Amino acid sequence: MDLELFLMQLFSGLALGAILVMVALGLTIIFGMLGIVNFAHGALFMVGAYAGLWVASLTGSFWWALLIAPIAVGAFGMLVERVLIRPLYKRTPDDPLLLTFGLGYVLVEAVRITFGTDGIPFSAPESLQGVVDLGIGYFPLYRLFVLGVVAVILVLLWVALEKTRFGLVVRAGARDPLIMRVLGVDVSRLWLLVFGLGVGLTALGGVLAAPMRNVSPEMGTLVLAEAFVVTVIGGMGSLLGAVVAGLLVGVAVSMTALFAPEMATIVMFGLMALILLVRPQGLFGRPGVGA
Amino acid sequence: MSSTSHAAPAALRPPQAVGEAGFLSRWRVPLSIAVLCVLPWVLPSQALAVNVLIYGLFAVGYNLLFGYTGLLSFGHAAFFGGGAYITGMAIAHFGLGWFPAMLVGVAGSSVLAAVIGALSIRTRGIYFCMVTLALSQLVYYTALQASNWTGGENGLRGFTVAKADVLGFTVNLLDPMQKYYFLMVFAALALWFVSRVLNSPFGAAIEAVRENETRARACGYDVERTKLLSFILSGALCGVAGTMSAIHLSIVPLDALHYHTSSIVVMMTMLGGAGSFFGPFVGALVFLLIEDVASLWTSHWQLIVGVVFILFVLFLPKGIWGTLIAWRNRP
Repeated sequence: MDLELFLMQLFSGLALGAILVMVALGLTIIFGMLGIVNFAHGALFMVGAYAGLWVASLTGSFWWALLIAPIAVGAFGMLVERVLIRPLYKRTPDDPLLLTFGLGYVLVEAVRITFGTDGIPFSAPESLQGVVDLGIGYFPLYRLFVLGVVAVILVLLWVALEKTRFGLVVRAGARDPLIMRVLGVDVSRLWLLVFGLGVGLTALGGVLAAPMRNVSPEMGTLVLAEAFVVTVIGGMGSLLGAVVAGLLVGVAVSMTALFAPEMATIVMFGLMALILLVRPQGLFGRPGVGA
Repeated sequence: MSSTSHAAPAALRPPQAVGEAGFLSRWRVPLSIAVLCVLPWVLPSQALAVNVLIYGLFAVGYNLLFGYTGLLSFGHAAFFGGGAYITGMAIAHFGLGWFPAMLVGVAGSSVLAAVIGALSIRTRGIYFCMVTLALSQLVYYTALQASNWTGGENGLRGFTVAKADVLGFTVNLLDPMQKYYFLMVFAALALWFVSRVLNSPFGAAIEAVRENETRARACGYDVERTKLLSFILSGALCGVAGTMSAIHLSIVPLDALHYHTSSIVVMMTMLGGAGSFFGPFVGALVFLLIEDVASLWTSHWQLIVGVVFILFVLFLPKGIWGTLIAWRNRP
């Protein structure tokens, strides 16, 4: 076994996993706070990629796309929360789920109408193309960049959730929204922000993934399933779980691609089945949350 | 007989589960067969009627799990497509006759449902939706990879059933009308079976699990076994619909296993009304009618279906039939 090839593959697995971490974190944050699973998450990932494509074609700059697209899609997410999801909080948890599922359906079709059904290639900016020598081998610069961006986002998120007043309120709100309301905190505004944040994270994942995958209206379906697998493995509602399981799944997929390419798409589901048998609450989940 | 399936007081029912009562409940099987008999004569095309038959039964099977047991699955394409593929492969690769092949198809989808069910009922609530979706994706990708057996992306071909000998009669399956009534027999049998299941003590048990799992457990029901059995029955019925679609189309497209197929059945069941006997068929009919009419003037009929679905979740969560029933059952 060639060590360099092995490291290459490990590395591209980490980059793949980093994208999954973005998507799964968004899913987990929304679930942790609002108690709903956002089935439109994959579609919003896809919308993020297309928004990035669109902004990049308007401004001619990948950097603007990376900045503007997630914010715009996040704002759209807030609109969705306020207009569509909010009337459903008093109903069973299935109702917001079904609604976001219908929304995902509509978004895919809307993108097909706007941008066409064919996939669109999207290339990384000149400055991020090529490879870089890390001493142990040559690695594609763009994947390194993706890992860097995700690391920065994770640190920012950690600081925001653990070290600020906003984070304190969010964590308290996730534990007991009723008490928060009694204490005079506007929980509904908090939920709006959290939903926007979760959607923005997946949209950022979409923009980052665009140069690595073909951008197509269907790209969200697989990502949604992958994000679910990551969430189940990591443990529902656990942010640390989402990060660890995301990277784990990414590496598992790309390692399998190296040894048994035909098994690559299947292995993560097998991994999930194994976790369900051995530890139904997930690696970092508390028993009683969903399992 | 309606006392078993409608024993729960109205106040305990979740808002979206509304069952028929009285006349509609007592005569539900003969009534639905009568409607199915006239369907090809009243719908714009016979192709549409066959689709309503197949997807209606698919939704009925799905409804057993979602509407009556209260488990929201997003992976039922695995059983529909699984039944279709196994029937097709039994004919194409093993040269089985149409009837044994259908039996094998239904048995295969039941086994698949037992495996996926055993894994996914280990989780609850929202988790359950995610696990069923992920496991059905596993089935999809397995079929995609095993292209020697399944034809991969091109779908499974080469198993046309042109005629079927039934009790001395020869049914010409190339004639659309004969095919419709041939397939209708299976749908009718499946509906009768569902009706019996719902009227049995087991039917009461699955509704008890839906209404209050903890209380059902406290009453001595084995909740896990009830859920699993319901999952298997639901998978088997969807498998029947799948084998019917294989016989009907003479090919199995890979799409039969796709997430999209799972989505369609969720929407049909919701549009019609989950937890009612006729609801899924009404939903399948409405869904396919929208598709039929809207696709005449736009290729993006899915946008219309999606918007209609969102409006239903927001304003008519009981679905068309469920709302009618609730209005009829009002005190």
